[in-house]
Amino acid sequence: MNAPADHTKVIRQHLIDPELCIRCNTCEETCPANAITHDARNYVVRFDVCEGCMACISPCPSGAIDSWRNVESAIPYSLEEQFGWDALPTTRALDALEAGIGGAAAETPAEAQAPSEAATAGRGGAALPPWSAAHPYVNLYSPARPITATVSGNDRLTAADASSDIHHIVLDFGTTPFPVLEGQSIGIIPPGTDENGKPHLLRMYSIASPREGERPHCNNVALTVKRVTRDHDGRPLRGVASNYVCDLKKGDTVQVTGPYGATFLMPNHPGAKIMMICTGTGSAPMRAMTERRRRRMHLKEGGALMLFFGAHTPGELPYFEPLQKLPKAFIDINLAFSRVPGQPRQYVQDLIRARADKVLAWLDDAECFIYLCGLKGMETGVIEAFRDICRSAGRDWDQLRPQLLAAGRLHVETY
Amino acid sequence: MINYSERIPNNVDLSGNRTLQRALEQWQPSFLQWWDDMGPDGSSNYDVYLRTAVSVDPKGWAHFDYVRMPDYRWGIFLAPSEGDRKIHFGERKGEPVWQEVPGEYRSTRRRIIVTQGDTEPASVEQQRHLGLTAPSLYDLRNLFQVNVEEGRHLWAMTYLLHAHFGRDGREEGEALLERRSGDADNPRILTAFNEKTPDWLSFFMFTFITDRDGKFQLAALAESAFDPLARTCRFMLTEEAQHMFVGESGVARIIQRTCEVMRDLKTDDPAKLRAAGVIDLPTLQKYLNFHYSVTGDLFGAEVSSNAATYYANGLKGRFEEDRLDDDHRLHNDEYAILDVAEERIVERHVPALSALNERLRDDWIRDVQAGVERWNRIPARFGVDFRFRPPHKGFHRKIGLFAGAHMSPEGVLMSEAEWTHHHLEWLPTEADRLFVHALMSPCLEPGKFANWIAPPARGINNQPVEFAYVRFN
Repeated sequence: MNAPADHTKVIRQHLIDPELCIRCNTCEETCPANAITHDARNYVVRFDVCEGCMACISPCPSGAIDSWRNVESAIPYSLEEQFGWDALPTTRALDALEAGIGGAAAETPAEAQAPSEAATAGRGGAALPPWSAAHPYVNLYSPARPITATVSGNDRLTAADASSDIHHIVLDFGTTPFPVLEGQSIGIIPPGTDENGKPHLLRMYSIASPREGERPHCNNVALTVKRVTRDHDGRPLRGVASNYVCDLKKGDTVQVTGPYGATFLMPNHPGAKIMMICTGTGSAPMRAMTERRRRRMHLKEGGALMLFFGAHTPGELPYFEPLQKLPKAFIDINLAFSRVPGQPRQYVQDLIRARADKVLAWLDDAECFIYLCGLKGMETGVIEAFRDICRSAGRDWDQLRPQLLAAGRLHVETY
Repeated sequence: MINYSERIPNNVDLSGNRTLQRALEQWQPSFLQWWDDMGPDGSSNYDVYLRTAVSVDPKGWAHFDYVRMPDYRWGIFLAPSEGDRKIHFGERKGEPVWQEVPGEYRSTRRRIIVTQGDTEPASVEQQRHLGLTAPSLYDLRNLFQVNVEEGRHLWAMTYLLHAHFGRDGREEGEALLERRSGDADNPRILTAFNEKTPDWLSFFMFTFITDRDGKFQLAALAESAFDPLARTCRFMLTEEAQHMFVGESGVARIIQRTCEVMRDLKTDDPAKLRAAGVIDLPTLQKYLNFHYSVTGDLFGAEVSSNAATYYANGLKGRFEEDRLDDDHRLHNDEYAILDVAEERIVERHVPALSALNERLRDDWIRDVQAGVERWNRIPARFGVDFRFRPPHKGFHRKIGLFAGAHMSPEGVLMSEAEWTHHHLEWLPTEADRLFVHALMSPCLEPGKFANWIAPPARGINNQPVEFAYVRFN
């Protein structure tokens, strides 16, 4: 999404083999995006319209539709070229490269785009991934062509008496590729239709498991999902998707899109420090990154972790117990509880202020990468805390922030 | 989604109409009996890698798996409703489409559906012995796919007869299973569907040319004001495409193989090529001439008041009606047709309304022509100086203005004596048919193909060409 514009990208272009095509018009009739057209000679695919949904592939009687060539994204085969062909162009060196589908297919769907833009607005500018981040795969599965996952686990994370109902859900993709990185999200399409009879839009959830799977070396991901029973203003509201996901049973199947997200990614180089600030289910990407580091502890790659984590009570803090078991030398944990009876309300920004010296040192450390995920309200408080810490040291947050962004060191996702 | 838990798979909420459901459930055993009697010969025990519709959306209607044909889930599938569709041609243009047929059109409408429906079981009957001489497992599977889908099209038409035409409709449904292709006493309705399909070349020509008539008839009916018929035909069209593919690619593979042998033997001598076990190109042209002319008759007379009435009443539209830029009523429009007068072919202009059969035939001709042009790329690639040409549309016609005329494929009129002298150069002779027939022997090892046909460029559903498309038990 934020790739520099001055380099060439190789993408797969969808084409129709004129030698196999029998001009039956089934593809043109089938295509939901109206990407296919024809003249007296050939049927062709509009590169900038084709969403790669694959709806045309299986209805094609001849197999002509299942044709692909790698091209440079800026110079796909034009309609005029395609109309003129007697045969597909011969394959070139480019075709040996792995490439994603180009054209409209490469764009993030609007419903996935809108929340992520709002979610990252608080960052205060365009983001770049850390320089050592792994390259993410995005948009492999669209709403028109989702992947079917099977639920292999669903456990309540919050205590039985806690007011919030947060679930840890594991989705298995079997043998269908679904490569992810820590910090990415997936979309889930709830079954059925809304009150207008339209299919439900997808909902985005952060991945809570590391790249090699919740269960190591399995093609699965974990999610952290809170059952929505009230809206932002506290009025009763039954969240369609969250209730669907929280009620899933082992063996159920789920329609999944994505993965999404190309910047909220962890650094991979040894010695990189990670500062994680989150509330509630905003802990999902933090758990993914922590788990990645935990599994690699024996490699002694260095790189400290610091976590600021807020919840109403310990019973409502997802992953509270596993966190307690992590060695102090591995991760510096700071938990803030705002609703423990008999104790003053404490928020993550209070703890950040309390740890001002270390936080300031990390803000200045080029090896430190900062991640914020959780409710919008937290974000304002945390940014204020950063500003205060800077001011008290005679520094200016508003100057520091662009530097952090330019270096791919500040990542914000709030909702 | 299609409900497969019911005896008759359907997406028309059949269980919501008990009377209709019971009527069709009574028809179902008769259908299975017909399939047993007249369906593919000796095939009931084969596992066939078939495409079955599991829903009518793009993702669902191409589900591939091994099926025994008597267990194929024939059912009733209509394309999704388009909401408040309006009649878009004829005198009632702009009115909402009908969910039931208005009384005054019932008998006409029923006749159209019966005529269309009758062709479906007819072609299965015509092709029932072909499985015994299949040139490969791949082709055998394609034949069976065509057969089960023609069976499904019969279901589609029977559903409409049962659902919308009461007792008359049910009786017509029974009669569809009683007529027999080629039967002297109780033949199928249309002549072309009483011809034999004696060999695979005829089968490929039939699916390429005659199923294409089906495509255009269905496309015209898919425009209909009678919404259930329109939606039924729209879904059938997606299946019809497969049949034309089988035909077009089948003939293309025969041409390919012949050209290979011509190159290897450095000859275009039909006798030498026949001795080498391939079908010479001029013989293929004769088969094209035959099937083209017989199918041309299926569109009916050039000038037809019935066609005009069907159109004016919204029963049958033109091909791609909504892409045509006119008033969709055709009161003042003319259409050019060819006629024979004083031993010459003349063009005359007639009211467009009365020329709708001819117009549909011309649409079909353009479509056939495009397919033939694709065949011609093969000899061109081999440097062979031979090009296929569909004959003149007046050639060898039995219906319409050219019925009494004698004409060469190039469109030159001639006397009956000249015709008698020459027609064996243009149409397959008994000797030609015997030669082709002699080539037909089964080749049923996975990945092997009879000598007279080349393997396809791709397998079905991305399976390899050597895939076991049919398993014999």
